Amino acid sequence: MLERRSRAGALLLLAVALAPALAAAAGPPSAERQAALLYLLRQDCGSCHGMTLKGGLGPSLLPEALEGKDSEGLAEIILHGVRGTPMPPWDVELSPEEARWLARELKSGIRP
Amino acid sequence: MRKLLVCLVALLLHGAVVTAAELRGTGDLGIVIERAAGSVQIVETTHRVALGRVEGLGDLSHASAVFSRDGRYAYVFGRDGGLTKVDLLERRIANRVVQAGNSIGGAISDDGSLVAVANYEPGGVKVFDAETLTPVADIPSVTLADGKRAKVVGLEDSGHRRFAFSLYEAGQTWLADLADPAHPKVERFENVGKLPYDALVTPDGRFYIAGLFGEDGLALIDLWHPEKGATHILEGYDKGEEPLPVYKMPHLEGWAEAGDLLFLPAIGRHELLVVERRDWQEVGRIPVHGQPVFAEARPDGRQVWVNFAHPDNDVVQVIDVPTLRVVDTLRPGKAVLHLEFTPRGEQVWISARDSDEVVVYDTETRTVMTRINAAKPSGIFFTARANRIGL
Repeated sequence: MLERRSRAGALLLLAVALAPALAAAAGPPSAERQAALLYLLRQDCGSCHGMTLKGGLGPSLLPEALEGKDSEGLAEIILHGVRGTPMPPWDVELSPEEARWLARELKSGIRP
Repeated sequence: MRKLLVCLVALLLHGAVVTAAELRGTGDLGIVIERAAGSVQIVETTHRVALGRVEGLGDLSHASAVFSRDGRYAYVFGRDGGLTKVDLLERRIANRVVQAGNSIGGAISDDGSLVAVANYEPGGVKVFDAETLTPVADIPSVTLADGKRAKVVGLEDSGHRRFAFSLYEAGQTWLADLADPAHPKVERFENVGKLPYDALVTPDGRFYIAGLFGEDGLALIDLWHPEKGATHILEGYDKGEEPLPVYKMPHLEGWAEAGDLLFLPAIGRHELLVVERRDWQEVGRIPVHGQPVFAEARPDGRQVWVNFAHPDNDVVQVIDVPTLRVVDTLRPGKAVLHLEFTPRGEQVWISARDSDEVVVYDTETRTVMTRINAAKPSGIFFTARANRIGL
């Protein structure tokens, strides 16, 4: 039995292909991109974490639930997923800076 | 006295007019969940129109519905633990209770008397009188090492006032007999597999099948012979290959059965698995556009329509059952979340969340018949579900 892996070859290739674009996008996301990220958070992360982020099949992402977790670590989870759980890696769509921005927003209690 | 008589006559006439206008069946009605607004639209499939909107159903970011056996009421299960009984004829909320902190779905008993809700927080199943929404039974799941209770998924009607459901973290399936709701009898299948995430009951009510996130395979229970226990089907479907990441979990309820064939999802694989129902052997795999979320058979079993997880969710594919091939790839709109056939399958209604539209197709020509505005639509549920086993 193969353990569920949170990364797949095809997506890795895609990530490599996108890497230059992501590197160019380093720095805080633009206002437009921030809106897109919050939409993604509410609608698609919301599939598992709830549109209000209070949790579903995935855990709550409200600030009180994230206490004791630093935003760097959260960004790593967003980018690379969690092995053995349904949390997938989002690094095919999000740059590290975007993941860090989302993590900070979550910690500060953003209501997407 | 004369004044009173006039009043009475006027009242009677008014009553007659209102009744005549409102006298109608519900067989061509349904609801469309508007997930962000916490509302539902009442829709009608004969003229393909929205009749009106009912608001105030709470957090519907994840929602599903079952129907009373007379097809008049929808029971809507919301994310916030809300159970709302919607009157499709009067287009209003008939009753509503918030029965838990976080819910995933529910089912209605074969006799229409009991509505059961699967809860994540606190983990367990609560059962309500379908008429009054008075609580009649509470079945907590198991307590885990972290002190929380296991989340309940895949709650399905299993006939004879029984409900089957699975415990996500605990890897169990329970079969609860509510013949006497005050004393539910629960049969436990303790090791069905790792992380059951959702389940279905076959349309004849005989088999309960749970998808497993933590294993390559699905758990199967023969409800005619529960004493045989749970077995695994399609074990090792990965065949050693690396699974792809899953950006939305498949939803098993309503997955396609067509003739002797059952179409099932593989977690992390962009294909449908096809099994022969007689011996549960894999007879084929159909490569598709992405991770399937729903795969629904047209009621005649000739076609299966499939939608996909993010980021492939702008596509719906149509599979021809006799040849097991994709025969059409449609782009109804952005972020397709659900699809529902009319009772005889001549139309399919598809929700496109990011297009704020429900798109109605003629299933034979696969042309768009109409588009209906809806705010971030997700689930579409028609009253024909009232007469289906296993929901």
